Amino acid sequence: MGELGFKPVLLWSDALVFLLVIVLITFFYRLRNDPQSRDRWSQVFSSRLGMITFTVIMVYVGIALLDSLHFRQALPPPEGVQTNEVFYDNKVTSVLDVMLDGMGDRFERTYSAPFALKSFEKSNMSDGQGNMVRDYDWLTHAGQHLADPSGKWLDVLRLTAIALMWGLALSAVVVGLQWALLRGSVYPWYASWAVQTAVMCFMVWLVYISHYYHVLGTDQGGTDVAFQSIKGIRTGVLLGTLSTLVMLPIAVTLGVSAGYFKGWVDDVVQYLYTTLSSIPGILLIAASVLLFQVYIDLNPDFFSIGMEKADARFIALCFILGLTSWSSLCRLIRAETLKISQLGYVQAAHAFGVSHSRILGRHILPNVVHIILITFVLDFSALVLAEAVLSYIGVGIDPSMGSWGNMINGARSELSREPAVWWTLTGAFFFMFILVLAANLFSDLVRDAFDPRSNSGRSET
Amino acid sequence: MLAYIIRRLIYAIPILIGVNLLTFTLFFVVNSPDDMAASQLGDKYVTPEAIQNWKRKNGYDKPLFLNDEASGISSLTDTIFFTKSVKLFAFDFGRSESGRDITTDVSTRMWPSLAVALPSFAIGIWVNICVALMVVMFRATALDRWAVFVFVSLMSISYLFYIIGGQYLVAKQWMLVPISGFDPDFQPWKFLLLPVLVSVVSGIGSGARWYRTLFLEEAGQDYVRTARAKGASEISILFKHILPNALIPILTGIVVLIPSLFMGSLLIESFFGIPGLGSYMLDAIRSQDFAIVRSMVFIGSILYIIGLILTDISYTWADPRVRLS
Repeated sequence: MGELGFKPVLLWSDALVFLLVIVLITFFYRLRNDPQSRDRWSQVFSSRLGMITFTVIMVYVGIALLDSLHFRQALPPPEGVQTNEVFYDNKVTSVLDVMLDGMGDRFERTYSAPFALKSFEKSNMSDGQGNMVRDYDWLTHAGQHLADPSGKWLDVLRLTAIALMWGLALSAVVVGLQWALLRGSVYPWYASWAVQTAVMCFMVWLVYISHYYHVLGTDQGGTDVAFQSIKGIRTGVLLGTLSTLVMLPIAVTLGVSAGYFKGWVDDVVQYLYTTLSSIPGILLIAASVLLFQVYIDLNPDFFSIGMEKADARFIALCFILGLTSWSSLCRLIRAETLKISQLGYVQAAHAFGVSHSRILGRHILPNVVHIILITFVLDFSALVLAEAVLSYIGVGIDPSMGSWGNMINGARSELSREPAVWWTLTGAFFFMFILVLAANLFSDLVRDAFDPRSNSGRSET
Repeated sequence: MLAYIIRRLIYAIPILIGVNLLTFTLFFVVNSPDDMAASQLGDKYVTPEAIQNWKRKNGYDKPLFLNDEASGISSLTDTIFFTKSVKLFAFDFGRSESGRDITTDVSTRMWPSLAVALPSFAIGIWVNICVALMVVMFRATALDRWAVFVFVSLMSISYLFYIIGGQYLVAKQWMLVPISGFDPDFQPWKFLLLPVLVSVVSGIGSGARWYRTLFLEEAGQDYVRTARAKGASEISILFKHILPNALIPILTGIVVLIPSLFMGSLLIESFFGIPGLGSYMLDAIRSQDFAIVRSMVFIGSILYIIGLILTDISYTWADPRVRLS
């Protein structure tokens, strides 16, 4: 391992997210064999909006996955010491960090506006004659290459042109490859390619120009805001998917068994979800997170590096969100199962003496899959939004872990400054809004395709 | 009717017991009072004596379920479970960790919460229904599709941005209202204007979209076609036929929320500095005051159950065919 110059680190959330990807791929692969669901999926993807939103979601998921490949870099051996032992950096790096090419390492002292050359706040410094004056200090990582500060915007334009050329060249390769493979397909792939081109150009431009300027400025601690916003993607995507993954088995098992077995099982399940939903959700979540925090604080020895502690809190939050939010899906599945188990083919299966487990697996479960699917996509956007609120309340993601909620929380009073510091909020807003909007629009399409009721409503109007 | 309500109230008891057991497990079994004391005191001051003192002061020095040292009935009552959890049923919330009487706090802070939540709720529903009716009038046109897109976009904006943006624009840039604060005696409406506006605007996306779906479902029914065949105008179809028939699903969605209005809104109240129950809960969460959180959980579940009963009662009013028995 030492030869490689890095040591892979597998955080618990990384392991879970790759497990999730494998589960989802097998799930969709199995769905492909079912002609009915294939029809419905092709309905989703034959619309341009479906293609666009799906591509956007995939871009976010892809960035989240790249940000989940963690490793610790090997440190250069100390001066003058001959040793075969390799020491590793305490800081955990991800593949995404490498691809962003040091964007997160270009710190300033404090706030600076987008594309600014000077700091946002005055600081003490000495002028040429050795007198102390208060003035705006030059930034360390912006516009260093400029001979004349007044030529800044022209330089930005020049850099943009270069970056766009590289971006277009890259997209030409990627899109050209897909075009060769998917030529003549009935689906509107061109919509997806347009999004891919836009995303690639934007990313290339962002990475390239970040070498010379802070595109979205820096925050109070001097970190690049664009970098923080991108790092928030992993947290948002993972929280949205992992929590749903925790919630699904509980909701499906309880809901199906309540609707199928009826009697006392139904009573118990109904009692459970009424009790749970009668507790104000935010209080239950807050209380659980606080209790877990107390537990972490009292057992600090469990975690060897700080990142693991933040990661443990993150996973706990996913579990808590999952454990407290299964009641509405459970109710839906119970109602649907009640309806299905009255249908003729289930009755016939009973009459033929088919076992319970076979009826459940063969006849009931496949017919509630659409509810699960719709909930999965719908809940995803709700959870991304909830993360911001929870982090604001102080029971969300660990502050050391980048997330949009933490960015908003840190910047909530910045607009009331004079002049206002607007870029941190803008960065978080922009990246969060695109993801949630894409997920919401996509979930609408999925619901139209899979929910027979909403389908009929549409055709009649 | 009365018999029905009484029966529903009796059904509520096991649910409240369940809520109580769950919170008790969370607060005292998962985390022992010792852990709580340690985190309340802070790392520096944790000594066995300090923990004992803290527990005695706050009444956590008793056994959890059964007190062996006491005799008779008090072996059951002189326990943490009885003093901290069972007493909630008698609305005896005790004192917060900082020593204030929770019942008094709740009853004074309820009113500012209501002053924000009630107008936001009523105006919000009115605005949403109006917008939805307007969109339904243009159904199956480009305008309708764009309206849905706008609704989904509005839904995709975090609530925090509505608040921050509203404060920035209305209070800071245009200087129409104070940024935050609340004064029940001096022009309280001035302080309420912005919070109510923000809640209403932030709710339009999901609200109007939901009402639109309900109205569209009704608009596809046979009676609408019949009405149109008779020559009824579009306006009268919307207001006389569709709206009353959509009342049942509307009521299902909103009546259950009415009692919970007392709880206020966590975010609105904390951003606008309104001394209601929402900011009370937020402060309790931030200072880890579990006595308050416990009491609020209990109050919240009672209000939710009342909401469920009110929903059933409202059905009999909206739909004469429904009889409660």
